[in-house]
Amino acid sequence: MLNNVKVHKYGDHVDTDTILPGRYLDLRTEAELAPYCLAGLDADFVGRAKPGDVIVGGKNFGTGSSREHAPLAIKGNGVSCIVAINYARIFYRNAINIGLPVFECPDLVADVAHGDTIDVNATTGTFVLNGKLYQAKPFAPSVKDIIEAGGLVQFVRQRTQPAFPR
Amino acid sequence: MGRSMTEKIYAKHCTAGEARAGDVRMIQPDVILVNDTSGSITINQLAEMGIAKVHDPARVVLVADHFSPSKDTSTAKANRHLREFGRTQGVKHNYDSLRGGIEHALLPEIGMVGPGGIVFGSDSHTCTAGAFNASGMGFGSTDLAAALALGELWVKIPPAIRIDLEGAPTGFVTGKDIILGIIAQLGSDGALNASLEFGGPGLQHLELDERTAIANMAVEAGAETCIFECDSKVINYIKQSGWRQQEPVHPDDDAVYLFRKTVRLDRLKPIIAKPPSPANGVPLDSIGDVRVQQVYIGNCANGTITDLRQAASLLKKHKVHPHVRLIVVPSTNAIYRQAAQEGLLEVFAEAGAGVSMPTCGACFGGHMGILAEGETAVATTNRNFHGRMGHTNSQIYLANAWVAAAAAITGKITDPATLV
Repeated sequence: MLNNVKVHKYGDHVDTDTILPGRYLDLRTEAELAPYCLAGLDADFVGRAKPGDVIVGGKNFGTGSSREHAPLAIKGNGVSCIVAINYARIFYRNAINIGLPVFECPDLVADVAHGDTIDVNATTGTFVLNGKLYQAKPFAPSVKDIIEAGGLVQFVRQRTQPAFPR
Repeated sequence: MGRSMTEKIYAKHCTAGEARAGDVRMIQPDVILVNDTSGSITINQLAEMGIAKVHDPARVVLVADHFSPSKDTSTAKANRHLREFGRTQGVKHNYDSLRGGIEHALLPEIGMVGPGGIVFGSDSHTCTAGAFNASGMGFGSTDLAAALALGELWVKIPPAIRIDLEGAPTGFVTGKDIILGIIAQLGSDGALNASLEFGGPGLQHLELDERTAIANMAVEAGAETCIFECDSKVINYIKQSGWRQQEPVHPDDDAVYLFRKTVRLDRLKPIIAKPPSPANGVPLDSIGDVRVQQVYIGNCANGTITDLRQAASLLKKHKVHPHVRLIVVPSTNAIYRQAAQEGLLEVFAEAGAGVSMPTCGACFGGHMGILAEGETAVATTNRNFHGRMGHTNSQIYLANAWVAAAAAITGKITDPATLV
């Protein structure tokens, strides 16, 4: 459990162009991309964000381009997880694949405000805001398999190079 | 209970042999499409996975189109990364900068998209394949690395939404107006995680370029993919392109849909989407006085020969307004050559426009026409998010090629009917 981390809250339909503008798509790594995170939406985010902080969005978070650079830039800022009502499919998969937890928790989205302080368990999707407990929806089995492997790279490694081949 | 086209096409690409909406299946696509912006991460992740050789190089298509040709040393490195990966892996379909065009427009030309096919691409507009009775799905870099490694990827089969097209479009109404109208109706998450399926008697009035414009923007309503019914126009096209024919898919009469919607094409008028969302479509005649500094005719949706002909039909008689930069980007080399043969490039040059080689260019804010703070553009592209083509405080209106050309001529958003 991470205690007293800050919430950075945005609205519905946060698109990946505003998370990571196209002009930075030649960059590849979390470290390279981190300085430009949310450059099109919240220019102060990078200066303000502390490791463990949570990004909260509304509906259809991560809509638009398939760029994996967007979740990489967020992860590069040490964000512990994202909470939203729901996600655009590609962004959701990308985040899971690179090990950035993304939770669906409409109740928390409704109650939490920009700048609030919350407690977070980014493994179980459990949150505490003003003494109230919130539980995110569980992951689908196909998603859980990838999370448990430690991301898609490890998932493929385990499948193609098993420790105990048959 | 009948099956949608989506269910049928995915059933044919999984070992289970059966796929219903909501099922999770490992899907083996016919084509894995990788571009230069996502490709570098994909190649690195493939190495991290410990995979030396891709599962099947014959199914891989590599296209350098985003930062193509490269704009600086960093993008030159990314392009080289993709090119050399293709050579090392023995990928025949290795389209370097200036060698092919924009990926989604190129795929059907080279016979890698056709009825019954599935494309997994590292770009959200992979759904463009739907125009050809195929299904394209977009994925991120690591997912595509897994697909290259394993030859398959997990997919939750999307439920279908049926769009019935009726009547024939009139006047300056194009595929762009049809899809902008549909997205405005549905909202940008109105088809979230669903598949848009198109058919109906109106389909016969839409050429493949118009269908491509529609399919391309399915993702802007949140759809995962999109599939048009097959007809003689598609069959005639693939006879030329060399698609190794699979069985076309048709929907069952009693297929289950999330909902159905009818679009009366004969009642549509040109639509323009205001910034900052493709879902902000409004009738062109309601837009008022909007001055523009740049017009961009191109991208994976609307840089077809049809678009170029539409724009040239107006620019034959008019010059580009002195305060406007008009950038014309044919989507592929084949379209560029066709435009040259038809004299369209001459028309553009004579009118004062600039014609670019095929590239994703400024559509995604990469290069070749970035907007300054406070500038406004009309573009035939597919996204008008904040800062998409440049400065965060620049504005993009999405419209068809006639409307775009009209804006270039008058320097403000204009009904093309007033210029003929």
